[in-house]
Amino acid sequence: MAVMHEMAAGMGGIRTAGDLVARMVMKGMKIGPAKEYVANKLGCSIFDLTDSAKMKEIRESLDIGTILDRPQASYGMAAKIKIAELLDIKIPCVELFKKKIGI
Amino acid sequence: MEKYFTRMGDGEGIWMTKEEIKEDVLKGMETAVLKGKSQPLESDEIDRLIEILTMPEKNVSVERGHEGITTFDAGTLKLCVRQAIPIDRSTAVLIHERVLCSETMELCNTDYSYKAIKNIAAEEAMAMEHAQMSCILPLFYGAMPNMGLYTKPDGPVDNWSELLPSGQIKEAMTAQEEAAKLCIKDMIYVGSALAEAGACGIQFDTSGASGDADAFAALSAAKVLSEKYPDLSIIIGMANEFNLGMHGKLTFEGERLAGQYPAKQVKSAEAAGAHNFGVVINTNSSRSFAWNLARSLTYVKEATRVAEIPVIVNVGMGVGGIPLTNTSPTDATTRVAKTMLELGKADGL
Repeated sequence: MAVMHEMAAGMGGIRTAGDLVARMVMKGMKIGPAKEYVANKLGCSIFDLTDSAKMKEIRESLDIGTILDRPQASYGMAAKIKIAELLDIKIPCVELFKKKIGI
Repeated sequence: MEKYFTRMGDGEGIWMTKEEIKEDVLKGMETAVLKGKSQPLESDEIDRLIEILTMPEKNVSVERGHEGITTFDAGTLKLCVRQAIPIDRSTAVLIHERVLCSETMELCNTDYSYKAIKNIAAEEAMAMEHAQMSCILPLFYGAMPNMGLYTKPDGPVDNWSELLPSGQIKEAMTAQEEAAKLCIKDMIYVGSALAEAGACGIQFDTSGASGDADAFAALSAAKVLSEKYPDLSIIIGMANEFNLGMHGKLTFEGERLAGQYPAKQVKSAEAAGAHNFGVVINTNSSRSFAWNLARSLTYVKEATRVAEIPVIVNVGMGVGGIPLTNTSPTDATTRVAKTMLELGKADGL
């Protein structure tokens, strides 16, 4: 079911900018304004948000995690700390992690 | 006359002419207009829906620009439990993130009810903390209010489903009010534990399954949590396109819950401080896929028309026009996804 919906109508998750747009939708933003907000923060067009070739370059340059791991690249919490800064939002687990390590 | 391969609401393959499909589309739409007071689809939308239903391709997808986000209920139950793949829940989260490329994921317990999770809230909180260390995608925690679990012999409250048929109306109403209080308390307790463990959001799934008091409990808990944790995202997903009036007189923020259809359900979710609303329209397995999809679309379009928060359409087995079978055919499933985002103007699935 997940494969069908993602292929038919999804944005592409961390393969593209799907997770970033989802974070804004989760804040109560409708899909159109959420895409616009993320595109502005990434400095790309809304069209680029679901282009996996374009987003791979953008995600790697911002070091916010991709579907393929790379040496020294951020993933997990490290990537989310950067995503919170990039989108200018508070991510609860990032706040918790910062509190734990005293920053 | 040319016939097109389509399906019944239980997934069985059938062949219908375009005229037969159109007839069912109109009947399905009229049901949502009459019962849910939804606005009818425009003629160009009806034409487009028929076009989607009769496309020759096996699987279809949205046009560029219409993509939405994907969310999940019973998220980590699917791979680890129902499909019996011997992996940890946190691995399922990463499979969704890096293989299936989902936009979000939901961590959950096999017993998908807040009452059951109360006993293991600390362990679930630890699982959330660990999962959050390695995943990038937004991770929710979710379960159902499942208010029926508070009735005897599993719980302390008299069973309103037994009281109502025996004419004990007042007693049934009191029992539901008592159960709702207990349910709200448990959902706030579990929701707080998971919020403080770093959950990106909390999902109240299948809200209203036990009737309007069940929906009342989910809305009340959501309101408390949304005020207590401003950065926590709340999704209220419904059980039905219609709040059953098992109590009948409960109100939330001045609105009677019994009898609410999606366009009113979403306003109650907004009043509760929810960030997303999960609209549910149950599939009628004895009607055609065309009838079900048109009916679901009409309800969804009305909800998105009035909603101020994103509307996420429940499109699992037996809801949103998806055939009622555990192995939903890809032809029907992808047509539902395309229809809901392109014509229903939904924000995601």
